[in-house]
Amino acid sequence: MSAGDIVSVPGALRRIRFEPWSIGTVLLGCVLVSPVVAIIGLAFLPTENIWPHLFSTVLGRYVSNTLLLMLGVGVGVIFGGVCTAWITTMCRFPGRRFFEWALLVPMAMPAYVIAYAYTDLLEYAGPIQKTLRGIFGWQSAQDYWFPDIRTIGGAIVMMSLVLYPYVYLLSRAGFLSQSASVLEASRLLGHGPWQTFRKVALPLARPAIAVGVALALMETLNDFGTTDYFAVQTFTVGIYNTWLGMNSLPGAAQLSTVLLIFVLVLVGIERAGRRRQRYHETTGRHAALPGYRLTGVRAAAAIVICGIPLVFGFIVPAWVLGGYAVANYETTLNGNFVALVGNSVLLSLGAACLALLIALFLNYGARLSGSTTVKTASRFASIGYAMPGAVLAVGVVMPVAWFDTGISAATSAVFGVSSGLIFSGTIAALLFAYVVRFMAVSHGAIEAGLSRITPSMEDAARNLGATAIAALRRVHIPMIRSSALTAVLLVFVETMKELPMTLLLRPFNFNTLATFAYQYAGDEQIEEAALAALAIVFTGLGPVLLLSLAIRRSRPEPGKK
Amino acid sequence: MDVVDQAFKEFTVFSISNSTKILPAFAILCAVGLPAMDAVAASEVNIYSYRQEFLIRPFLDRFTKDTGIAVNVVYAKKGILQRLKQEGANTPADVVLTAGFSRLKALQEAGLLQAVDSTALKANIPAKYRDPKDEWFGLTLRGRIIAYSKARVPAGAIQTYEDLVDPKWKGKICVRTGSHYYNRALVASMVAAHGEAKAEEWVRGLVKNFARKPQGNDRAQAKAVYEGVCDIAVMNTYYFGKMKFNKKNPEQRDWAAGLQILFPNQGDRGAHVNVSGAGVVKHAKNRANAVRLLAFLSDGFAQKMYAANNYEYPVKAGVGWSPEVKSWGDFKADDLALVELFRLGPTAQRVIDRADWR
Repeated sequence: MSAGDIVSVPGALRRIRFEPWSIGTVLLGCVLVSPVVAIIGLAFLPTENIWPHLFSTVLGRYVSNTLLLMLGVGVGVIFGGVCTAWITTMCRFPGRRFFEWALLVPMAMPAYVIAYAYTDLLEYAGPIQKTLRGIFGWQSAQDYWFPDIRTIGGAIVMMSLVLYPYVYLLSRAGFLSQSASVLEASRLLGHGPWQTFRKVALPLARPAIAVGVALALMETLNDFGTTDYFAVQTFTVGIYNTWLGMNSLPGAAQLSTVLLIFVLVLVGIERAGRRRQRYHETTGRHAALPGYRLTGVRAAAAIVICGIPLVFGFIVPAWVLGGYAVANYETTLNGNFVALVGNSVLLSLGAACLALLIALFLNYGARLSGSTTVKTASRFASIGYAMPGAVLAVGVVMPVAWFDTGISAATSAVFGVSSGLIFSGTIAALLFAYVVRFMAVSHGAIEAGLSRITPSMEDAARNLGATAIAALRRVHIPMIRSSALTAVLLVFVETMKELPMTLLLRPFNFNTLATFAYQYAGDEQIEEAALAALAIVFTGLGPVLLLSLAIRRSRPEPGKK
Repeated sequence: MDVVDQAFKEFTVFSISNSTKILPAFAILCAVGLPAMDAVAASEVNIYSYRQEFLIRPFLDRFTKDTGIAVNVVYAKKGILQRLKQEGANTPADVVLTAGFSRLKALQEAGLLQAVDSTALKANIPAKYRDPKDEWFGLTLRGRIIAYSKARVPAGAIQTYEDLVDPKWKGKICVRTGSHYYNRALVASMVAAHGEAKAEEWVRGLVKNFARKPQGNDRAQAKAVYEGVCDIAVMNTYYFGKMKFNKKNPEQRDWAAGLQILFPNQGDRGAHVNVSGAGVVKHAKNRANAVRLLAFLSDGFAQKMYAANNYEYPVKAGVGWSPEVKSWGDFKADDLALVELFRLGPTAQRVIDRADWR
């Protein structure tokens, strides 16, 4: 949600007082939305009408599979993310400090990589079934029943395992920023821990949880690797079949536009559901949260609940990959491992910082300005996330090439020399693509952070003579520090894993860990690139550790005032 | 947290001065990116490739060694056509390599390739595997073959693709998803041979005989036969080669060992084949080098290497097949014009959707 939705901006701020903010927000919003607009434009190109065929054949299956997948992953990530966030934030039990950061680690696993790892583990020839056959003396697949992982259920489990950290991270940030006095008031009014959770903490954290779930579901919608491998026919698979199978990019663009509208409607419904609610904290005092001390069976239960996602989302697949990496490390090392890591880290860091700056700019611009245009521009800047990666990559190619061609035509006219391509095929184009794609991630995190700051804070700052920028720097940024860190972490990890846009938009002879691993993974030979795949995860581990430390520091530990 | 603090500081600097400073900053970023492109050798050739880089790297390295021409590659599975189209006259690309024929033809239809009148290319590549207008060139052939369990399927029981729909194979067949372009092209060849209605009937019959929901790539089907999940699989020749002669993963040799391969329809139209190929980009800046690269890829040395490394069939007549490829025997290929395969592709996709080959 945007700050404007739920913040009644005081009259003094309603007038656009700091013009560059408004103009900048609108301009930046237009630039970021241009790839999506380009795809929508493609949808209107004349093409054979694909809809009657799709309606009469596969569309129903695409839609039902997609909805089922979203429902399953939605339930999975809410359950996995919110429970673990609440337990690690509010309960005291052995291992809590470890779980606080470790629960984030599965996020660095690309979904398709754990899909490969689990398939190898669980299929007929895999070690588990082999062992079972050995123990029970079964001879063939007909002798026993074993769950098939290559199903929609399997896809739901795989995606939930790597996507729940979104919800964990954001709801934890939400819980952490809740005022201790609110929770204490709830206790004084006779609410037990469960009631406090359900009636006070959960509604208060809802904006943050909603952002986390929305991000996880959009990842689910866009996934191609896992659903393709498990042969689950989703809407995204349909988009690619229309594009490449029927040779109809306009048809694929039409399908993508429908997907986009669907996402916008979902987001709209969620917003409408809490339009009348406000979520400002009345105080920013970060007193220690009242912790529930768990002992005995309860502590063990907490450890099990936090342990399950960690074991299945990280330890098991990493163990499988580790085995392959030991056997096949040369492939990756010969691929100039250091350069791969360097490229991945620098790109991801660049994208994360750029996305943070732009998200801060857009959100603050929208908050300062009462104008609907500005707010709309700010919000629409983040819709790139609602399109499948490869389609969005084509969307990015277009405005970037238009810009280059425009400059080239201008220099030809004025100086008689073409400037050639300026952005196309450069790191800058890649960074632009990442920002377009992941703006929703940092925008959402920053928005959730800002929405918790009551407007009276900036009123006070401005009354004391602070400029808009000074207020941002001295009031807002310190208050949304943990949200900002979350934004950086999420975009960093996402960029490390990103594939279709990196493949298409990169410069010549340029590889990242993800593109390198994909050469082999795309041919179902993940074992060849297991080391690169593991490196993606372990490179993500560093920032996860640092940032989770910083998030914890954002409020004092209980008992240590 | 220094990085983040730094980011905050920079942000403050940005906003204080003026938001329009972001643009010059972006320009600087690009300037940093550009020299990397200029730094490459003066004599070069730039490739946009639909073929995976690790498959073609050995050839390209040899080309560089022989000619001194540096080769730069961008590999992507989707969208290369759109990138080329948008970059227009400014594109840095000289050559496009594709893994199948349909992308190659789509590039030509979009007007992105140029004619190359080269005697070397004409001598190397038979007329049926190159464009009459000399805009695209086939480089290797892959047969789509049937492989069956030596133990569970009697030799000679299957002779043709059409035989696969015999109800006696119910629950015995494994194959990857229908909309994968290998299968789409196979269905297109069925449409060409029998018409759309008959082809649809064939797909329906095939789907009825599936042992399981289509999944995995061609190699996974061989593995499924080995595991006893099914008895018959459809795959490309080179997948069989890569398993049978796998030095790194000996278990894949076991998968191949129990399989008998069969080139279908030897009594009539021949086995369905698809080509990988290449074309020179319309606005190529290094046209001479591009033509040289194509000539190299279609000539003896590289053609032999395709057979030896990737187990693909050379297009050039008279090039010695590698012993492995030779061991599968000679076969008759379906002479259906490649352009027909392309033209019927969308029809095939519709047939696949209607007949529910998921």
